[in-house]
Amino acid sequence: MNLNVDETIGHIKEAISVSEKNRGVLIYTLQRVQQEMNYLPDHAMKMISEKLGIPLSDVYSTASFYKQFYFTPRGKKIVKVCTGTACHVRGASKVMEKLESEFDIKEGKTTPDLSMTLETVGCIGCCGLAPVATVNEYIVGEIDSAKIEEIIEAIKAE
Amino acid sequence: MAKLNSPGELKALRERLSKETFRPGAARIRACCGTACTATGAFKLINEFQKEASAAGAEIEIVKTGCQGLCQKGPVLKTEPANIFYQRTKPSDVQAIMSYTIKGGAPYRQGLYRDNFLSEPVPIMMEIPFYKKQLRIALRNNGVVDPRNIEHYIAVGGYTALEKALSSMSPEEVLDEVDKANLRGRGGAGFPAGKKWAHSKSAKSKIKLVIANGDEGDPGAFMDRSIMEGDPHSLLEGMLICAYAIGAQYGFIYVRHEYPLAVENLKIAIKQAEEHGLLGKNILGTGFSCTMDIREGAGAFVCGESTSLVASIEGERGFPRPRPPRLSEPGGGPWGFPGNLNNIETYACVPVIIDKGSDYFRSIGTKNSPGTKVFALTGKVKNTGLVEVPMGITLREIIFEIGGGILNDKEFKAVQTGGPSGGCIPAEHLDLPVDFDSLASVGSMMGSGGMVVLDEDTCMVDVAKFFLSFTQSESCGKCPPCRIGTYHMLEILKKITSGKGEESDIERLETLGKQIIKGSLCGLGNSAPNPVLTTLKYFREEYEEHIHDKYCRAKVCSGLGTYTINHEECFLCGLCKEACAFGAVKELRNRYYIDQDYCTKCKACYTACPIKAVKIEKQKGRLSSSLKKRD
Ligand SMILES: Cc1cc2nc3c(=O)[nH]c(=O)nc-3n(C[C@H](O)[C@H](O)[C@H](O)COP(=O)(O)O)c2cc1C
Ligand code: FES
Repeated sequence: MNLNVDETIGHIKEAISVSEKNRGVLIYTLQRVQQEMNYLPDHAMKMISEKLGIPLSDVYSTASFYKQFYFTPRGKKIVKVCTGTACHVRGASKVMEKLESEFDIKEGKTTPDLSMTLETVGCIGCCGLAPVATVNEYIVGEIDSAKIEEIIEAIKAE
Repeated sequence: MAKLNSPGELKALRERLSKETFRPGAARIRACCGTACTATGAFKLINEFQKEASAAGAEIEIVKTGCQGLCQKGPVLKTEPANIFYQRTKPSDVQAIMSYTIKGGAPYRQGLYRDNFLSEPVPIMMEIPFYKKQLRIALRNNGVVDPRNIEHYIAVGGYTALEKALSSMSPEEVLDEVDKANLRGRGGAGFPAGKKWAHSKSAKSKIKLVIANGDEGDPGAFMDRSIMEGDPHSLLEGMLICAYAIGAQYGFIYVRHEYPLAVENLKIAIKQAEEHGLLGKNILGTGFSCTMDIREGAGAFVCGESTSLVASIEGERGFPRPRPPRLSEPGGGPWGFPGNLNNIETYACVPVIIDKGSDYFRSIGTKNSPGTKVFALTGKVKNTGLVEVPMGITLREIIFEIGGGILNDKEFKAVQTGGPSGGCIPAEHLDLPVDFDSLASVGSMMGSGGMVVLDEDTCMVDVAKFFLSFTQSESCGKCPPCRIGTYHMLEILKKITSGKGEESDIERLETLGKQIIKGSLCGLGNSAPNPVLTTLKYFREEYEEHIHDKYCRAKVCSGLGTYTINHEECFLCGLCKEACAFGAVKELRNRYYIDQDYCTKCKACYTACPIKAVKIEKQKGRLSSSLKKRD
């Protein structure tokens, strides 16, 4: 991992101390590492801690606060069912139930073969198309019983 | 692009661009490429147009704009010069649109907007009921320009306000203008931006920051996203004007991590502005310097709160802290520098105020809340999407005229405004003119502008439970009233909605709610009980029904009511028997019935029945105690 702290922190670098800069890029670094490895394994956390000179416990403390970070491996397909307000009143829970029973996992869990992770997300900003779900980067809106079969197909497809 | 070295050079560039760009009369398609329309296939459509145009040898400009608002009818697009608006456009419509409209200047009827399939189609965008009552200030360029092209923004008058401020106004005059406009913060509390700016300006510090809050954690709101994605330069211009007024050198835009397209477009916008000499050192050769950087959130609702946002920018856990010091005071902002924090929409209004003057801005809206507000209209309405309306418009106009009424012509029950911190407003207040103060007077709030319409099939207790489970799971855990209090309120609501409600539960909810509001450290806890308290105020009888009669009138909550099969309606398909996991549906020779001893009220048969012959009724033999209490 090559990390240029000065470049990452941006223009404010002229005005703050080295330790403030290191601290300031922590969340960004965690995001980058997770993007590459798909979760935050122990050894990566140790490396981040050494690189930025922040105690390991502190790195964990920050990472565990934010919902974006995961400490266990995740599936190849990440399915997020929106449970924001608009989607809730238009039947998001039915979508969730159907997916849970289809893949026999609970919300927030990954299938044992790591093929997919099922999660909820609180509004992805497509409320106009409620109910909405995403499969990796792909957004599916106005989900009805036909569309949900499509989603299931898409998840099962390699 | 060479750097612009003076306001005069910017002016010359604008004059040239406004002649060259968007020439009237030329064939043009403005296709919405917002997140929702992209999800419904906008890019496929654009490819098809390009293919079709090159095959026909036609010259046609395609502008990929930000969100045009009518998300539900996407993908949407506008054609010029005929000015015809198309919705739900499919790749198979492209050929017809090309030959009818682009070549022939006539509308292609099948692709036009209609209220319903019996009514006449409406070809012109501004005549569609959804757009007719709207007035676009914050969203003025959404749907007009390509957000990735700074020349479009400059051509339609962008950076005029910055040019004016830098060349002919002192920082004090800028501040004065914003103060006179009485621009109130669009991010939640409606605090006057002018007062906040003055406070930040008076802070004694060499270094100051200007920060934009694009966290937008409220589930059900997406106006800030549209601005960041569809018109990022408006935000940059507003922030620059603020920086000039208060004397800030560094800018930060804090963007929610679920918004990758917003981050991408903002990055492009920042780079283009820097190349044009509109951002960075010595802006337009005037000696004023300000830089911008983006910070991505990592998924925490509480980070929209000002002090948590500061902690998150510094790279810490996003915990709020007691105030003072406020952000605008030394020691308050990131790394101790004073900073000015405003919402995205607030900043996007600033260029209009400077450019057209505070009198223009005050001529729109109400006396205490001038200007417009963008609402994310969602839920059980026919037309969902983003609407920008002048303050003072009534809820009825928004829901029934712009929104087109309730989905499937059901009965309106309530509208929820302000997201998880707001409240539910019942039908009796439909004629309320909407502004910051009026919403507060009925127990709700403006919040960031989420507006979720609820119909007769929505259970108000369930809605309250939904919001509370959101705030409970987002509570950062620092202060006990919020952490423990919201948990207990949620447990009580779960009890009530599963049919185990007890006599004193309502009173307990009320006491707990009041104590959480009083005792919590930050705005999250201070407002978390609002959805429960307002539904208790306006829909108390629904709570009572759940508790005393074990009945949910919207038939949303399972575990309540008595299940029976209406033999007159039943046509013996047997699906209910199949659906029941407990063997409670019994079959006789010529009818089905539900054995109450086995029934767990799981609703499986109710959902399975194709003709709604399974009925959920109030439990027999129970005297309605809510009635008893009344006499
Ligand atoms: C829990 C919580 C979440 C908030 N989330 C947001 C948000 O997502 N966007 C926003 O602009 N303001 C949010 N706010 C309000 C901000 O703290 C702040 O008041 C606002 O950004 C100030 O800008 P304004 O004066 O322009 O409204 C939130 C407040 C609280 C307490
Ligand atoms: S609530 Fe689901 S996209 Fe907004």
